[in-house]
Amino acid sequence: MTTTASEAKGARGEGWRTESMVLNLGPSHPAMHGTLRVLVELDGETILHAIPEIGYLHRGFEKGAEKGTWTKVIPFTDRLNYCSALLNNIGYVKAVEKMLGVTVTERCRAIRVIIGELSRIMDHLIAVGTNIVDIGALTNFWYTFNTRERIYNVVEELCGARLTTCYTRIGGLANDLNDTFVAGVRELLKEIPVAVREVESLVRDNRIFLDRTVGVGAITTDEAISWGWTGPCLRATGLAHDLRKRDGYDGYNDYDWDVPVGENGDTYDRIFVRIYEIYESLRIVEQALDRLPGGPVNIDDPRVVLPPKGEVYGNIEGLMNHFKLIMEGIIVPAGEHYDATEAANGELGFHCVSDGSGNPYKVKVRSPSLALFAAYPRLIKGRMISDAIAIIGSLNIIAGELDR
Amino acid sequence: MIGEAARARLGDAVRETRAEHGIEVLLVHPARVTDVLRFLRDDPALAFVMLLDVTATDGIQLGWPERFRVAYHLYSMVRNERVRVIANLPEAKPELPSAFGMWKSADWLERETYDQYGIVFTGHPNLVRLLNHKDFAGHPLRKDYDIKKGQWLSEPDDLMDQLEKARAGLLADY
Amino acid sequence: MGLETLLENAVVTTRLDAAIKWGRKNSLWPMPFGTACCAIEFMGVVSSMFDISRFGAEMVRFSPRQSDLLLVAGTISYKQAPILRRIYEQMCEPKWVIAMGACTSGGAFYDNYCTLQGIDKMIPVDIYVPGCPPRPEAVLDGILKLQQKIDRERVAR
Repeated sequence: MTTTASEAKGARGEGWRTESMVLNLGPSHPAMHGTLRVLVELDGETILHAIPEIGYLHRGFEKGAEKGTWTKVIPFTDRLNYCSALLNNIGYVKAVEKMLGVTVTERCRAIRVIIGELSRIMDHLIAVGTNIVDIGALTNFWYTFNTRERIYNVVEELCGARLTTCYTRIGGLANDLNDTFVAGVRELLKEIPVAVREVESLVRDNRIFLDRTVGVGAITTDEAISWGWTGPCLRATGLAHDLRKRDGYDGYNDYDWDVPVGENGDTYDRIFVRIYEIYESLRIVEQALDRLPGGPVNIDDPRVVLPPKGEVYGNIEGLMNHFKLIMEGIIVPAGEHYDATEAANGELGFHCVSDGSGNPYKVKVRSPSLALFAAYPRLIKGRMISDAIAIIGSLNIIAGELDR
Repeated sequence: MIGEAARARLGDAVRETRAEHGIEVLLVHPARVTDVLRFLRDDPALAFVMLLDVTATDGIQLGWPERFRVAYHLYSMVRNERVRVIANLPEAKPELPSAFGMWKSADWLERETYDQYGIVFTGHPNLVRLLNHKDFAGHPLRKDYDIKKGQWLSEPDDLMDQLEKARAGLLADY
Repeated sequence: MGLETLLENAVVTTRLDAAIKWGRKNSLWPMPFGTACCAIEFMGVVSSMFDISRFGAEMVRFSPRQSDLLLVAGTISYKQAPILRRIYEQMCEPKWVIAMGACTSGGAFYDNYCTLQGIDKMIPVDIYVPGCPPRPEAVLDGILKLQQKIDRERVAR
């Protein structure tokens, strides 16, 4: 029943009989990483085998999306990667807009870039904060969370909600910027680097941190590609693959910014790629704010965008237009499309199938976290439990995105 | 262009090709799907090294002649290009060969497609449910599964059968 | 009356009930059973801007044996439900449960094949905090209401 590494290796004392231990990590894990479960077989503290199990937060995104209209899917997308809800909103409406064949306005693209990068900063702050807390350094948690609260204040004034924003719409945004947004973001541009520099300076040369993260959970680029890794974890292995640069959607290539890349693909590189991505995101936000164009934020297409309230209450055509868009949904031509954006964890793809009505036939989410967590047993095999905890934090598995 | 290269190499495995919203789509014969995928991955000019997604669509409400359509999404790093490989499967026997071993990501993606739609990937060493619990009966993303029909679970899975497979080396070579 | 004048300000006399309840309500040790988005808002509650430790509940313990408040934050699926039940049963008396968010209160808009429609189908709940996710102030309001509820309990059985 039990095989032991000790008997196999012939190590330790003569005639000792040891047994391996089978232990559950999760699914009631400390709140940091949600509902992940790994069954590990241990020889002492060393992991011999690991069996991951997911699905504890399976909430039926696909089946739920088939029930309503194309616009009603947007609140579901908020709750995929709930640490960076705006990026999910942007990714989904981009896929539907491509199927409709509409192009959003310049102002809408710039605003989507700004809020997308703020959202990415929020996600990286949580990822870095909770990862370092699991390693044992609690102070950084407070720094990153206070900064998140300040970003939340700006986002809340714009979108109405802190976490589950539901801000983008097909063809544009829910509302234009409010009066305090630009000033608020300029304040953030001054405050965020201070906090991130403090976090970085606390851990960068810390002996304990280096021992716990350098060389832990290393993976090569070829293997990462075979696992389907994208995002900061793939960039930590040395490959500068970023959909914002390669596809250049929303005008990302008009701004001057770089893609941070690691060397060894270990936990240290993954943490620091995220930290440097925060700095690059701040550069993008600053340039986008400086160049923010004027004009309308929604496209002028009555098949897609709700008419202004004056028209809805003023004349019968506006009322009927509004009614049809709400009750039947936006009519998307029949067909199939897969579109992807660079979310905080990697390539977030939406595979949408339309039957020519306002009701989605299928919306499948290509989850970046699924590819990352599938490789987890490979990363922890032969390592100790404490390394397993450091590695899971560095992968930034968000259960909402993993289980959908 | 990809479709022509595939057809030149694999003949009638590729039934038809088209382009949709900038992505080339290859409709292939289900029994030959792994040949097409291997060609797309290994050909040096194409080099579709990443398997992004495997999913299925239940076309029963669209009146398709064969109920299920499995879709593979591949990405080529060097060409910065995507391709979709699709295969139609009948309701009575929704089977096709597994891409397990070709990409490490195929393991869980195929398990999820089996879990939600009931597509059987022959040759997959561990085709068990991924998202729904072990006592779940049916395949919830099929159009004839009622969305509100929940199924209780009494005891969590102890995963010991999976551990035995891992000890025997049957799972993916980590 | 005479006793208090003798002791002056050195000792406070009270009933045993009130003393025990005062101790219990001001030192709740929460166990965050965090699954989804509400767990992120709970982390916001614990962090310094909203500061749950003002109410004595800062000792967040991730072991059910060491805590007395089960704070369920996030959607509970049917797969997760037996685990929630086991964690609840592992806690010692006295214990309370706060259902944080719409998913735990009644399933929210996840009315489907995989989501438990409210955790009160598995375990008894004391306080429901609505919201999706509830603002941190709402969670603190829930904890204050729990403290009022503890005040109304009978300790002597």
